[in-house]
Amino acid sequence: MPTLHTINKSPFDRNSLQTCLRLANKGAAVILIEDGVYGAMKGNTVSATVEKALSDLSIYVLGPDMKARGVDESKIIDGIKVVDYKGFVDLTVENDKINAWL
Amino acid sequence: MKFGIQVNEGPYNHEASVTALNFVRAALEAGHEIFRVFFYHDGVNNGTRYTTPPQDDIHIVNSWSELAEKHNLDLVVCVAAAQRRGIVDEGEQERNGKDGNNIAPGFRISGLGQLIEAGIQSDRLVVFGD
Repeated sequence: MPTLHTINKSPFDRNSLQTCLRLANKGAAVILIEDGVYGAMKGNTVSATVEKALSDLSIYVLGPDMKARGVDESKIIDGIKVVDYKGFVDLTVENDKINAWL
Repeated sequence: MKFGIQVNEGPYNHEASVTALNFVRAALEAGHEIFRVFFYHDGVNNGTRYTTPPQDDIHIVNSWSELAEKHNLDLVVCVAAAQRRGIVDEGEQERNGKDGNNIAPGFRISGLGQLIEAGIQSDRLVVFGD
């Protein structure tokens, strides 16, 4: 079973998202939480990297953390799935390793 | 499924404490078991009952204590990290000659072995923090 990577910092704060996307194995899942949700947005300097990664990885974003930051679903890159906490828990069940990028 | 949770941030660092709380709540709601929550580094600041946020703030320490009581959670504070940050229970008070203690209800102070055990005994170890 694949790995779930968690990213909790904005890609404009640290480079954990960029590093994760570069190193994650094909078929892995990535969930963007807390300030990490900014990495799911369209139209910025990181968007192209994230869009490209979607061909090899499944990317998810935590809906409640988007809402807390006023990030509307219409601003999210196509192909990234919005999940709630239940969905986050389900992802940790589906993937047998959870790798937190701190 | 059995979960081990590691929290590396205090309630007022970033957001990890609240994320971990919400994750634990969702996991319990989905019928999973929380084997242990281990508070490491600044995460030990989740375990002091002297925390007094303004009334319209979320009270993270109390939220952990209430959740622990309701679901019989094992909330473990790392002893070495706790000593550095002044988180004290009765045993530590006596051992280190302190004039009081501040551990919050539902928390206990123990060693890093508890984290290793949580990693071994749990199906998943999920880390929150910085």
